[in-house]
Amino acid sequence: MALRIKNEGLRKLFWGFLSIFLVFVLWFFASRLESMQNLLPNPLDVLKFIGVSVFSKVGKTTLFGHLYWSMTRVMTGYVLASIVGIVLGFFCGWSKLGASLIKPIYSVLRSIPSIAWIPLAILWFGIGEESKYFIIFISTMLIIMTNVIDGVKDVDDSYLDVARMLGTKENQLFFHVVLPCAVPQIFNGLQVALGAAWATVIAAEMVRSSKGVGWLILMGQTSMNMTQVFAGIIVIGLIGLFLALVMRWLESKLCAWNVRGK
Amino acid sequence: MSSILKINNINKVFSNENAADNNVLSDVNFEVEENEFIVVFGPGQCGKTTLINIIAGLEKASSGDVLIKDVPVTKAGPDRAVVFQNIQLFPWLTALKNVEYSMKIRGFDKADYRKEAMKYLELVGLKGFENAYPVKLSGGMKQRVGIERAYCTKPDVMLMDEPFGALDAQTRYLMQDEVIRICNTEKRTVVFITNNIEEALYLADRIVVMSDCPSTVKEVVTIDLPHPRNRMDSEFLRLRKEISQMVNRKR
Repeated sequence: MALRIKNEGLRKLFWGFLSIFLVFVLWFFASRLESMQNLLPNPLDVLKFIGVSVFSKVGKTTLFGHLYWSMTRVMTGYVLASIVGIVLGFFCGWSKLGASLIKPIYSVLRSIPSIAWIPLAILWFGIGEESKYFIIFISTMLIIMTNVIDGVKDVDDSYLDVARMLGTKENQLFFHVVLPCAVPQIFNGLQVALGAAWATVIAAEMVRSSKGVGWLILMGQTSMNMTQVFAGIIVIGLIGLFLALVMRWLESKLCAWNVRGK
Repeated sequence: MSSILKINNINKVFSNENAADNNVLSDVNFEVEENEFIVVFGPGQCGKTTLINIIAGLEKASSGDVLIKDVPVTKAGPDRAVVFQNIQLFPWLTALKNVEYSMKIRGFDKADYRKEAMKYLELVGLKGFENAYPVKLSGGMKQRVGIERAYCTKPDVMLMDEPFGALDAQTRYLMQDEVIRICNTEKRTVVFITNNIEEALYLADRIVVMSDCPSTVKEVVTIDLPHPRNRMDSEFLRLRKEISQMVNRKR
């Protein structure tokens, strides 16, 4: 192609849009095939559905309403999980007592996939909000904890020696060496966990709820409304992308010293 | 002048389950006077880094002891700051904060240590790089930050473990002059390790010549040449030959 764009960022943007546009065109023509009639909605209809539902209600609330419910669930569970996960992770990674107390139960819990908690959560907390907070909490907390433990484990002993040589007392080592050194790994955990939280909330909403983006898809399925199913999926994808971008931006601000943050 | 640092009969044996014990240091003895620049010179892998680590308190000797101002060394501390071969700056701190670290952690007044750290960064030509993270600095720049970081702890003895080993020849010459300049600005006691005879002769007041494994002190040579030294000077070349022969002689 004779087309040459100098600016690296612009070029990426250009190819990004081009690839999305091509998929869109392909989808458009596929949806017009007779054999696909009931399986693929017209992409323009899907976009129109998204546009219209911003202002008019689908079920109990508008698209923003559903997003608001889903995000509230995610954020409540996620913020709690971050606090508990970071504290427990450090306790487990830095203190010998913590490791022997928490490690065994942590190892068992870690291997349970998050959706396995859904039935139990409903029995314990009912079908209300609490059960969703719980499911998101338990799945993201373990991801964050794993990363904090790894981050502490990866702190090179030689940095501790250097710190001692420079006059750091034993009780100062944690805040001046271990914590800053582990920040990129912790951030990595927070990033992965946010993605997982978003995935989990959709799963939880598809099991039992009356609002939220997950509900939107499930209702689409129940009423054979393909347009609504696709609209839900696209919105989920866009929000997931948005969350990842926010986290990446935050990382570049907070972990500028780390090459990964570049 | 009095001896600020005494190395008494240091032995170090690394025990290994699957092989014979590795005896790296055997009866190492020497003393360092205040404000003296001592270079410990020896061939390749002869335990010089182990010796520095023992003086620094990062490793324990198998027997013998290290006295600093007549007090035995038991653990690492800011009175014996080390400049490491692989530098070991804290990657999460900027150049300035690396230099400030030892003063901050010991609770000095912020206005004072900020001024002090800036002064030293300027002294080694790193003005304008104070807010750069180590990942953005070249090898030579990093080592300058490493030297200033050790310098700012105001140590009784500064320990330098082949600090220029990883630098190219040109930067190495530059850094040697830099070290002399820094150490002349405020007098410091330095123990400097190298396996480069030219570097040893260029810097040292006295050279402690070590033998190969197990290392022991072969001879201590006083270098009376005035600074700045000329590497092509006939006396310089004569000493170079003499010390090279000492090391190459079979035990």
